[in-house]
Amino acid sequence: MPQISLTVNGKPASATVEARTLLVELLRDKLHLTGTHVGCDTSQCGACTVQVDGMSVKSCSMLAVQADGANVLTIEGLVNADGSLHPMQAMFREHHALQCGYCTPGMVMSAIDLVETHPEGLSEAQIRHGLEGNLCRCTGYHNIVKAIAAAWPLMHDKALPVAAE
Amino acid sequence: MYDFTYAKPATIADAARALTGDAEAKALAGGMTFIPVLKQRLNKPSAIIDLSALGLAGIKLEGDKLVIGAMTTHGAVAASAEVKKAIPALAELAGNIGDRQVRYRGTIGGSLANNDPSACYPAAVLALGATIKTNERSIAADDYFQGMFTTALNPNEIITEVHFPVPQNAAYTKFANPASRYAMVGVFVAKTAGGVRVAITGAGQNGVFRHAGFEAALAKSFTPDALNGIATPADEMNADIHGSAAYRAHLVGVMAKRAVAAAM
Repeated sequence: MPQISLTVNGKPASATVEARTLLVELLRDKLHLTGTHVGCDTSQCGACTVQVDGMSVKSCSMLAVQADGANVLTIEGLVNADGSLHPMQAMFREHHALQCGYCTPGMVMSAIDLVETHPEGLSEAQIRHGLEGNLCRCTGYHNIVKAIAAAWPLMHDKALPVAAE
Repeated sequence: MYDFTYAKPATIADAARALTGDAEAKALAGGMTFIPVLKQRLNKPSAIIDLSALGLAGIKLEGDKLVIGAMTTHGAVAASAEVKKAIPALAELAGNIGDRQVRYRGTIGGSLANNDPSACYPAAVLALGATIKTNERSIAADDYFQGMFTTALNPNEIITEVHFPVPQNAAYTKFANPASRYAMVGVFVAKTAGGVRVAITGAGQNGVFRHAGFEAALAKSFTPDALNGIATPADEMNADIHGSAAYRAHLVGVMAKRAVAAAM
């Protein structure tokens, strides 16, 4: 069986996996990082979204062997050393951007990537387009969009420009 | 998922050899269709040959051709300043495939090798008259697409690059299925040196196709109104739970007019 080594949340990790093992199975079953959720079996819901080398990917649609040598960030890796929340997590709480919470880890991981890759600003339309890979069945998205817009100034340390849509 | 062996060869020759030596081996590009297919046990490969270490990602302008490496992701095409400048319609198309996570991993080569009848890229490749380069030969778009999930590729052949002639004008409009983001109907219109070309995806029973009626009308007058009254045969359209054949035939006309308006 393939032996792989990768970095997960800043720490080295290695495991022996089957070739068919999915990245999400490695994270949850072998590394016991159960914050990453599996919400569907069709690669559509995005609850399993993590960052691989800085890019948000659905960890149910990537083999663990494909992540050999990669730098993986999961929801567990966001919290600051002093235990305080990442600004995106804080804004999800502030704006009540979750109800049951099942989709939340994937939403937060996608949202962070979305904000980080839009330093020029982020309109509501861009946020909604950017969230198409993450399904939520209870909040109706509205507060999630608000939370992401509220996290943008905190992550970029400046006011969010008013978008010309 | 059934188990398989996994290899990530470092050269195209090694990858081709691995695929040639084992009839049940399959190539893996971005995996955004293939891995979900494996999860559903719809395919049972003996070996997966990962193409990600072959150096096939990249975008460059070569004379009047835009050259996109087979392993270039949709996200990279959408964000590319070169693509936006040379063929903005192609960047826009790539930026609306699937969702953000899919665009980070899905590739142009994978999309073309799979030739899903609702995929976006086949419409661009056919309408722009692109050339598909493989490790063995060059294939013209008009010869490449051979029906849904069927292409001119040999089982062990690997797409390396896609060469797009830069058109005078082009636009792509998609009526997306709201759940999958695949095209219910997608229309790519291009004014090229060889005339007007119109390719339709998502609608036809045999996958992507050129619309001869629309092309003839637009060659005379490149305006949305030129398409008035030009029929799309419903008996050649797909019918499924998302829309009847007649609905799709009508939608082809509507989306084509929007594409022409956007390309003018």
